[in-house]
Amino acid sequence: MINFVDLWVYLSGSPLLWLTVTLVAYIVADAISAACGRHPLANPVMMSVVFISCVLVISKTAFPSYFAGAQFIHFLLGPATVALAVPLYRHLPEVRRMFVPMIVALIVGSVISITSAVLLAKWLGLSKLATLALAPKSATAAIAMGVAEKIQGDPALTAVMVIMTGISGAIIVTPLMNMLRLKNYAARGFAAGLVSHGIGTARAFQVNPLAGTFAGIALGLNGVLTAILVPLLLPWLL
Amino acid sequence: MLHAFAVLLCLQLAGEALVRAVGSPLPGPVIGLALLFAWLVAKLPLPQETNATADGILKHLSLLFVPAGVGVVQQLPLLGAEGWKLLAVILVSIALSLAATAITFAALARLMKIGNEAPEGAGR
Repeated sequence: MINFVDLWVYLSGSPLLWLTVTLVAYIVADAISAACGRHPLANPVMMSVVFISCVLVISKTAFPSYFAGAQFIHFLLGPATVALAVPLYRHLPEVRRMFVPMIVALIVGSVISITSAVLLAKWLGLSKLATLALAPKSATAAIAMGVAEKIQGDPALTAVMVIMTGISGAIIVTPLMNMLRLKNYAARGFAAGLVSHGIGTARAFQVNPLAGTFAGIALGLNGVLTAILVPLLLPWLL
Repeated sequence: MLHAFAVLLCLQLAGEALVRAVGSPLPGPVIGLALLFAWLVAKLPLPQETNATADGILKHLSLLFVPAGVGVVQQLPLLGAEGWKLLAVILVSIALSLAATAITFAALARLMKIGNEAPEGAGR
């Protein structure tokens, strides 16, 4: 057993272990998701996160040593965002045709997303800091954290809201759209990306390539609009 | 793959540089997205495998959110007693905005007769 402990001490200090754990956990989660026919509740992000978090707790690993390995995966979010231009260009004819519905839905969705979050938070008597963190929740993390700083909120708490919004949205979007009997995949994807940014976009790409493309557009556009609207709307809502 | 990846990184780098230079509120990768899109529209030369590389990365977009998701779990104690109320606000707010966005989009598309009902691959 002494040898095992030595080995663990050595491995847990190197980025290789946590990089591998993250990748393998995701591959297993993705296989489960595929086996469940991409059922919304079998969300691969949620399953991987829960599994890795349990491993970290059991092995008493601090987040910084986990992130030392996982950062290589986290880093790829940048080039992946740039890569969204490729499906956007590929579906340019559809995007052009849908321009008017897209812009109107963008404004409606963004305003409702911000005002409903702030008003509900006020109604439930949440603290000011929590309310401020909820306002930009649908923007992609980098933008939402920037907005949080601007409105004197807490960027770390805002990041938590952003990820919670992403995962819950990715889970509820499919059953909700089926309930509403919406079969327009451009509309469904656009809503997923607008509300649940990158995680919603990942979900949309799982369901349908056209939905994924419109989700990517919504993610970009709503990031910009949220950064503009939150500081403008807050004085009226608070 | 290598060349296409270099293109993605170069455009992200250009995006980051522009953000710092102009002080834009947008993150660098979003500017990089706009630059690559402009590049494609202008039909400028790109490595052959750019499409395949982009599709490959986007196919596993979910994976890239795992480290941030684990970070969030670590921050959960930050929520304290407000946790459940926060989750309730998020769930109601996203249900409202998902429905409003998709209904507006689909209704306008139908009104303007540009709706494309259930294209390739029926969804779940």
